[in-house]
Amino acid sequence: MSTPTRTGTSVSMTVNGKQVDRHVDPRRTLSDFLRRDCGATGVHLGCEHGVCGACTVLLDGRTARSCCTLAVQAQGADITTVEGMADGAELHPLQEAFWKHHGLQCGFCTPGILLTVQELLADNPDPSDEEIREGISGNICRCTGYQFIVDAVRDAAAVLRGEKATEAE
Amino acid sequence: MTASTDAAATTPMGYGSMRRKEDARFIRGKGRYLDDITLPGMLHSAILRSPYAHARIVSIDTSAAEAHPKVRAVVTGETLTGLGLAWMPTLSHDVQAVLATDKVRFQGQEVAFVVAEDRYAARDALSLIEVEYEPLPAVVDARTALDPGAPVIRDDLDGRTDNHIFDWEAGDAAATDEVFARADVVSTCDMLYPRSHPAPMETCGSIASMDPVSGKLTVYTTTQAPHAHRTVYALVAGLPEHKIQIISPDIGGGFGNKVGIYPGYVCAVVGSIVAGAPVKWVEDRSENLMSTSFARDYHMHGEIAATADGRILGVRVKVLADHGAFNGTAQPSKMPAGLFHVFSGSYDMPAAHCSVTGVYTNKAPGGVAYACSFRITEAVYLVERLVDVLAKDQGWDPAELRMNNLLRSEQFPYTTPLGWEYDSGDYPRTLTLALEKAGYPQLRREQAERRAAYERDGTGTLMGIGLSFFTEAVGAGPRRTMDILGLGMADGAELRVHPTGKAVLRLSCMTQGQGHQTTFAQIVAEELGISPDDIEVVQGDTDQTPFGLGTYGSRSTPVSGAATAMVARKVRERAKIVAAAMLEVSADDLEWEKGAFHVKGDPAAVRTMNEIAMAAHSDLELPEGVEGHLDATCVYNPPNLTYPCGAYVCVVDVDPGTGQVAVRRFVAVDDCGVRINPMIVEGQVHGGLADGIGMALMEVMAFDPDGNHLGASFMDYLLPTSMECPSWELGETVTPSPHHPIGAKGVGESATVGSPPAVVNAVLDAIGVRHADMPLTPAAVWRALRGDPLRTDLAIS
Repeated sequence: MSTPTRTGTSVSMTVNGKQVDRHVDPRRTLSDFLRRDCGATGVHLGCEHGVCGACTVLLDGRTARSCCTLAVQAQGADITTVEGMADGAELHPLQEAFWKHHGLQCGFCTPGILLTVQELLADNPDPSDEEIREGISGNICRCTGYQFIVDAVRDAAAVLRGEKATEAE
Repeated sequence: MTASTDAAATTPMGYGSMRRKEDARFIRGKGRYLDDITLPGMLHSAILRSPYAHARIVSIDTSAAEAHPKVRAVVTGETLTGLGLAWMPTLSHDVQAVLATDKVRFQGQEVAFVVAEDRYAARDALSLIEVEYEPLPAVVDARTALDPGAPVIRDDLDGRTDNHIFDWEAGDAAATDEVFARADVVSTCDMLYPRSHPAPMETCGSIASMDPVSGKLTVYTTTQAPHAHRTVYALVAGLPEHKIQIISPDIGGGFGNKVGIYPGYVCAVVGSIVAGAPVKWVEDRSENLMSTSFARDYHMHGEIAATADGRILGVRVKVLADHGAFNGTAQPSKMPAGLFHVFSGSYDMPAAHCSVTGVYTNKAPGGVAYACSFRITEAVYLVERLVDVLAKDQGWDPAELRMNNLLRSEQFPYTTPLGWEYDSGDYPRTLTLALEKAGYPQLRREQAERRAAYERDGTGTLMGIGLSFFTEAVGAGPRRTMDILGLGMADGAELRVHPTGKAVLRLSCMTQGQGHQTTFAQIVAEELGISPDDIEVVQGDTDQTPFGLGTYGSRSTPVSGAATAMVARKVRERAKIVAAAMLEVSADDLEWEKGAFHVKGDPAAVRTMNEIAMAAHSDLELPEGVEGHLDATCVYNPPNLTYPCGAYVCVVDVDPGTGQVAVRRFVAVDDCGVRINPMIVEGQVHGGLADGIGMALMEVMAFDPDGNHLGASFMDYLLPTSMECPSWELGETVTPSPHHPIGAKGVGESATVGSPPAVVNAVLDAIGVRHADMPLTPAAVWRALRGDPLRTDLAIS
């Protein structure tokens, strides 16, 4: 799958800060491109019809369902996947909060939710619980019953607003 | 509710909330799930599926698909017949078609398997396969499956002339008839627990790699029971078991969906042999919903008998079980209806009886999945609905009726009229705590006020309060009564302490997100005083781990957890001998204080586990017969199941104009005995409560009269989101299991088992309707409010 096709279209984009240039079939999904061509296997496929949100990535700062986006549509885009969230060994406050508050179990929905929340908090740094729930309502989780995710988001928002210190690992 | 999470930052030396060790990789996108794995030269595959629920296969032409430039192999039922693999055994002593040969028996059934260079090409090639079908009438409604003249689905079975699978009964029919005859009041209710699906976020998949040189088959697969899979592959494919390695990587949720062996797995193995390269098979969401193990689908006719003053005398139930086209139900061999016969529930009743009839229909196989603990979801739903129906019929308060009939703590161990020996419980205390947390009397007052307002001027929403008190039965199980395909349901553990005092624990169970890598390290930490951070937990690789039956039925803590405590205690005994040699005293003179042995009365004469571990691997002279090193193995055959319980209170608001239900509050008090990691227990309960909301209000696998699957995507099969779930309010009581080495009971499935009746009872309480079947969608509630059909037509026809 990772062999570039000669007949394909060339695409260039930035994935987690790195420039990527490839030939791809026009029908290749962005999720396949990221998972199989860029090694970003944190992008997960839970339904491939745009409902579950496990494939959510940031495309030029906005969330996108990478399973319902073609790689060629991301031409020139700046993509962030979960792999791009931590700064080296230092976790993003959201990752830290999900860990602390037990906001994940099997971990399959986690990458998509982390990126959805990143957008949510960029738009609204101090969301109410209701706004958090609405913000993540496009991401299905089968394990957590959402409560600890809401707790984690609330806590991370406070950290990102500078009201709380990030807790060390 | 969140008391535990703040404590989660610290690492205890045993039980207590601590952050999960496995999270470090998941939050970075560094989990390693099946589809993340790429082997050198790996090929991809796709399955052609039946568009019909029931049809004879006239011909299959694969020539165009084979001519596709990227296709390496096309496997059909005919190919498999040559290998003796066209049919495979199920966990219920039936057979299931791997690829259909004679006819298809459900929509979505596997017909052909394409191996290609990439998954796009594999999918392309499916449309190049020509299959000629001769459609047959389908059996869709289980209630018509035994009608004379019903189409015979399983004409592959010798002499089969109907769709009957089994009849099974439990309890004392005569004694039950007797209590019903002398009862003052009897309430009856027909109810359907509709067909649902566990729908883990990650679908099922497999990568098979047959090494032609060594003859070794390696299978990476989404399995909750890797060792059982290995043995089944050996028995079915005729491969020597030591040349089969099953590796379960990180699993994106199982919920019972990933217990059995699916045709895709077998096809991947055959594909790898035929194509001479590793073959990956990963199903898509529709395939997962249409063809892998469904859950429930029990039509129940329940009756409950009581005295005029509210003493429950007995429960009687007839079940019609829809098992689909192949009986693939995953359960202990001798129990065709699983553990359904715990349906006398939490109540002290003298008699109970059930009869269960299983039938074939033109639907996918399954039945036992989705955190059901082997049909206990159905059992608990039955009895908790019946109690509410009885209360409604008699004008009794459902909380009071439950409280008056609950088993009392002095009755344990308690043998139920159906033969289960409940280990322990303090049910009145558990229920009292839940009612207190919910503020039950105030809730009833609020409800009365709001109902009065509604009746006065038609304003506002209808408020409902629903209760459920359940007893679970988890930890299958004692091998004298419980086996899977003849394999006793014991589990192994191996513990090895390295010279520097770090340890590795190898287990036969297999986490799918339940936190085993953390909690099992905590058990060892508690027993040996080694930090959980210094204990590596290995699961999922059959070459590396001891034999055992895997994770489902909330059996990990009861069985593998017990094995872990026992194996740690064995290591501690060895450590004691080593410490005695180090201190030059008799082992009898030593006293254990977590993490170290010291000489009785002389705390300064002490050797820590670290020192003992190094000494055990050194030139230290040990008593004759003691070989040194610090390791041990253990197989734990549980003496009984564990019986956790819980009291749930659900509060809903129903919009009478639209039928929309909002779950306003959900109070859940669970008692699972000793809690290894309270934070993780709470997470398990939260997830299960969301399942309950899903099942009660949203989820159903419906079929049209031709057997077309009407819920084959997440657009149609609705799962609860953050918007449907309230902030859960949890509580706990702790009644340890007396027979378990650490007093712990399973808990993973409790909330999924216990919550659906609480939600349904709440909605029906709100709208004043005696019964309506799940899912209580806005349309169903709206219809029920108008006195329309009580059964969910959609789900059964």
